[in-house]
Amino acid sequence: MPRKRIEIKPKVEYLSILDGDGNVDEALDPRLDADRSLHIYRLMVIARRLDERCINMQRQGRIGTYGPCRGQEAAHCASVVVLEQADWLVQAFREPGAAYHRGWPLETVLRFWGGYEEGCRPPDGVNDLPIAVPIASQVPHAMGIAWGMVTKNDPHCVLCYCGDGGTSEGDFHESLNFAGVYNLPLITLIQNNQWAISIPREKQTASETIAQKALAYGFDGIQVDGNDPLAVYVATKEAADRARSGGGPSLIEAVTYRLSVHTTADDPKKYRTDEEVARWEKLDPIPRYEKYLRTRGILDDKLVAEVEEDALRDVAAAVDRFEASREVDPLDCFKYMYAELPPELAEQREEFRQALEREGYGKSAGGH
Amino acid sequence: MAQLTMVAALNKALDDALRADESVVLLGQDIGVDEGVFRVTADLLKRYGEKRVIDTPLAEGAIVGGAIGMALYGLKPVAEMQFSGFAYQAYHQVEQHVSRFRNRTRGRFGVPLVVRMPYGGGIRAVEHHSESREAIYAHTPGLKMVIPSGPRNARALLLASIFDPDPVIFFEPKQVYRSFREEVPDEPEQMPIGKAQVVREGTDITLVSYGAMMRPTLEAAEDLAEQDRVSAEIVDLLSVAPLDTETIVHSVRKTGRAVVIHEGPRRCGIGAEVVARIVEKALLHLEAPIRRLTGYDTQFPYFARERAFLPNADRIAHAAREVLAF
Repeated sequence: MPRKRIEIKPKVEYLSILDGDGNVDEALDPRLDADRSLHIYRLMVIARRLDERCINMQRQGRIGTYGPCRGQEAAHCASVVVLEQADWLVQAFREPGAAYHRGWPLETVLRFWGGYEEGCRPPDGVNDLPIAVPIASQVPHAMGIAWGMVTKNDPHCVLCYCGDGGTSEGDFHESLNFAGVYNLPLITLIQNNQWAISIPREKQTASETIAQKALAYGFDGIQVDGNDPLAVYVATKEAADRARSGGGPSLIEAVTYRLSVHTTADDPKKYRTDEEVARWEKLDPIPRYEKYLRTRGILDDKLVAEVEEDALRDVAAAVDRFEASREVDPLDCFKYMYAELPPELAEQREEFRQALEREGYGKSAGGH
Repeated sequence: MAQLTMVAALNKALDDALRADESVVLLGQDIGVDEGVFRVTADLLKRYGEKRVIDTPLAEGAIVGGAIGMALYGLKPVAEMQFSGFAYQAYHQVEQHVSRFRNRTRGRFGVPLVVRMPYGGGIRAVEHHSESREAIYAHTPGLKMVIPSGPRNARALLLASIFDPDPVIFFEPKQVYRSFREEVPDEPEQMPIGKAQVVREGTDITLVSYGAMMRPTLEAAEDLAEQDRVSAEIVDLLSVAPLDTETIVHSVRKTGRAVVIHEGPRRCGIGAEVVARIVEKALLHLEAPIRRLTGYDTQFPYFARERAFLPNADRIAHAAREVLAF
């Protein structure tokens, strides 16, 4: 009847490849080819420009509440690129660059925040899940998809995003527990952006890292500099390769920062200091990565200008497409409730149709 | 044809589905080696292996949330909640995701899953094991909510639910699990979801019920026939969402009188919906106010008091007599 220590093998790696000034650790540099390196850069820039545009549009009343990703571009843009087409992406709600990479048109982001369900419809052939608003409740879906892959013996993986606040939810823990038990090809990437609305990371959990939570479920967690695209890429690539070859789940904690508001309805001045934001501004992933790409000879002034121009043009075109397609039939709210419309809904639909007709809905311009 | 209990009939439906379609998988707590706490999944692990009959850790949220992912990946998961009283840990998944996927993805992704769970009182169970909260699911847009009443319709409705393209919450009246046997065909059969059944024809009064309350309702009808020469028609709802207005209203137009019976609480219960629809569609056919004989708007009592609490044949007959005497 001893009282002793049980030896477990705790391991929490930390990975950083590109420092805050854009200097690279040559030994760890994945030396991605120019195309892929540039693609990650383009995704980050486009996510940033879209983000800025969405905030402006919210202020102008052209879309509703918006949740920005400013500062977090590296964490999602550099991780999503490791996915193959047959892999699945499960979003939270701050990863527009990832969705864009997977083939979601930019205007779907505007549609979602603009109040249209169409913003949740994955394009045909893209097997990703749409934005999920309730916190961490998307993680079980990612886990279930990974379970489906195991059941069908498919060598693919699922990449699921979740925030630091989400790691307090039961869904996060239940999903990682199942993923460990069934050795599922699930990569859970935590975008630790330091703040869950007003609750700082230190008040979210007493554990030193979020990455270490994986240990409780029987697999490894890794913490990476989430503003370092190279570290994010390497950690996610390793996790994906492992998952696809039967090596099971991974937890990646990307340490990043939400430079902007939680959503456009939030005022962060109430809970954090300008000094803190300024400190993180210096670690902004885009200039860091830009400097690295210039050093490698992949990027120059001309190309930077070109990428900026392309991003602004693509975002403007997406805004145009969004605003040109705002006319939708309100009766659509019945259309997709069930595969076949039950009689009681058919009756309600008819009642709604008559009400709209009486009110002359859609006859005036706009019709919203 | 074999004489089966509801448990055996449900087992047969699961077996039929697993055999017919490789994408059908079962998951839940204790459903494999232990064959389910009520033995509904008996022999299935042995027959189909642990990739298709999955013993899970204790976590209702992950069972239903994981089943969503499986369904999105092309499987047909049938999740078992050990008791409906413990399904609330998964209710957020049901409300926030199961019920919404088809609509919010504009038809791109449906979630064809079934969540089975034993519900209702009458088996002397512990706290949290006896409630009857079908109204919560019936109130949630995007779900189908099915409640069989006997072995044959349990098998046919479960099979229909598994192959339905939409999510189905399937409540199993555990009081009926082993209380009687019924002829169940050897060949798989399905019943349409959303259709009620007139299980007893009558002319004087309509008794509307479902699930475990069908037995006392049938008894009450026999009693009324023998004692009072009253001819009661009985409508078994079978599905409380969608609800078969046509069959209910057709019957009440004929009889002019109705009693609605369920064991769940009265306030905002299925009975309230049934009465509202009768009033909307057949008010001028009514000869008397409609009565609701239901569980009360109290907590379901611990089992020492449950026999006193649950609606029974005497009370149903009494309520019918009051309506007839109006």
